[in-house]
Amino acid sequence: MAKVLMKGNEAMALAAIKGGCDAFFGYPITPQNELPEYLSYHMQEHGKIFVQAESEVAAINMVYGAAGAGARVLTSSSSPGIALKQEGISYMAGSELPAVIINVMRGGPGLGSIQPSQADYNQVTRGGGNGDYHLLAYAPESIQEAVDIIKDAFRVADKYRNPVMVAIDGLIGQMMEPVDLDKPIDLDLQSKPWAADGHGAKRGKNNKILSLFLDTKDLETHNLKLKVKYDQMVSEEQRYELVQTDDAELVIVAYGSMARIARSAIAMARQKGYRVGMLRPITLWPYPVQGFEALASNVTHLLTAEMSLGQMHQDVLIANEGQRQTHWFGRTGGVVPSADELFDVIENIILKGGVA
Amino acid sequence: MSTKVVYEPTKGLTDSPLSYCPGCTHGIIHKLVGEVLEEQNLIGESIGVASVGCSVMSYEFFNCDMQQAPHGRAPAVATGIKRVKPNHTVFTYQGDGDLASIGMAEVIHAAHRSENITIIFVNNAIYGMTGGQMAPTTLIGQKTTTSPRGRSLDQGMPLRIVEMLATIPGATYLERVSVHDPKHIIKAKKAIHKAFEVQTNKQGFSLIEFISTCPIGWGMTPNDSLEWAKNTMIPYYPLGVYKDTREEREPWIKE
Ligand SMILES: Cc1ncc(C[n+]2csc(CCOP(=O)(O)OP(=O)(O)O)c2C)c(N)n1
Ligand code: SF4
Repeated sequence: MAKVLMKGNEAMALAAIKGGCDAFFGYPITPQNELPEYLSYHMQEHGKIFVQAESEVAAINMVYGAAGAGARVLTSSSSPGIALKQEGISYMAGSELPAVIINVMRGGPGLGSIQPSQADYNQVTRGGGNGDYHLLAYAPESIQEAVDIIKDAFRVADKYRNPVMVAIDGLIGQMMEPVDLDKPIDLDLQSKPWAADGHGAKRGKNNKILSLFLDTKDLETHNLKLKVKYDQMVSEEQRYELVQTDDAELVIVAYGSMARIARSAIAMARQKGYRVGMLRPITLWPYPVQGFEALASNVTHLLTAEMSLGQMHQDVLIANEGQRQTHWFGRTGGVVPSADELFDVIENIILKGGVA
Repeated sequence: MSTKVVYEPTKGLTDSPLSYCPGCTHGIIHKLVGEVLEEQNLIGESIGVASVGCSVMSYEFFNCDMQQAPHGRAPAVATGIKRVKPNHTVFTYQGDGDLASIGMAEVIHAAHRSENITIIFVNNAIYGMTGGQMAPTTLIGQKTTTSPRGRSLDQGMPLRIVEMLATIPGATYLERVSVHDPKHIIKAKKAIHKAFEVQTNKQGFSLIEFISTCPIGWGMTPNDSLEWAKNTMIPYYPLGVYKDTREEREPWIKE
């Protein structure tokens, strides 16, 4: 199929339409504005809904309402806006509603910067909302991968009746790449007999969307039911890529834009004869522990590389279970490291650390 | 001997017993809304939005599809529902802490966009559910658990919601009613009828504010509460139609 040159944010918007998105609700924030701007024009062409809400709080609650009525719904934002959406996200997880949330991450904390960052790792993987819940969270490294994930994300959200987050850093949102949006997908549109869609008469019973369980036993039962879904995600939805790990002694663990930088640094290292590879998480939650298990015994060193201060490193330590020597490299505040910089870190470990 | 049915509960409400305190007028308002849903034949196609407050369990009481909204967010939730289900009736049921405090932005902007929804707004001048704290609608001098000496001016003058919303071009129909006696109950029901008609005619945003009692929060008997609503609340919150632009309004264009 023909590839077209598109800006990341616009390509993701079009991918959502292709994924069967019925409605978008959002509030402006840099660096994701091109996404709602694109949808404000194109949703109408497809007979779909676009609403610019008064705030991220309102936007996510519109998502909650529309998802409760059975629609495929999207919102997008960036870090401080995602912080505001946490209430609605928790309600959606609690009420078992599907939706897709795109987070084009920027520097923080607070107003931070509008430059690319991965500092929302904890927010994405641990959730800022209250209660025992999880989001299925993807972190693509290219526009093509983002598009493929978003096209399929509505199906995944429907399957689990749970919100799905796609976390990308501002770099991917802002850059242009050739992308193929026409790869066929299975929309898998199923009826939603649980939806509160105003068909009580036809159905012969009322549907209720809620997350209130006043009896503690009922709430525990409900939460355990949610846990079954989360356990299923952990066993079935982990995604990762192994890059040149077969003979590697040192494996970089990096995702998103950082993984692109790692690819260049690996090429430089390989030229010098250093046996370096990469484990690239594609899902941040569930964290791809299976990728660590798949590494052979020749891998003796792990190097976490992230555009945040050790947030993902915590998960690397958990996945590693003390088996390999671990190292960490990161930049923060919207600073994007160069491949040279990462290469120096690699070389330093190798020269000092007994990697042959 | 033939029997004559003198009273039948409305089909607009379920059989679940209401959870409100004795003498609380939330129950009357529920009944009126239920009757209007039934009389306008809307029960089987409506979607109600319950809010956070004493009426949180209204999803058990209204006999239609229901969604429970986070505190204050009901107008946004209703917006989301209505946009994807434009031919179904969508209403919210909200207290004054919910709507006039934490949810102020959501109600103003739903009115501003003239969302084709109906809001049932219950003003009892207090936070009932959390134990009787001060609300934006609490009257000057009124004692609550967080204004123990009586609300003073430095805690703000009580907010008049329908008056404020009346300044918003998108608001189509706004009326304040009371349910403290049978005469006013009849009037209140007429107002609810109008509000749902506005929605059915796709004429945009409608909201009915109810002066309601909270005997528990106010620390009064049910009878004294009705008197207080009549003699103390209504003078500050005058009843009446505050906005009616039905004549001017083209059917809602957003579908
Ligand atoms: C985000 C959030 N903040 C606070 C609360 C606690 N809360 C529950 S009900 C309520 C006040 C409700 O008062 P009102 O809307 O006046 O309704 P009433 O109970 O008087 O009918 C509050 C503050 C909550 N549930 N969620
Ligand atoms: S606390 Fe007040 S508002 Fe709540 S049910 Fe009791 S009387 Fe009604």
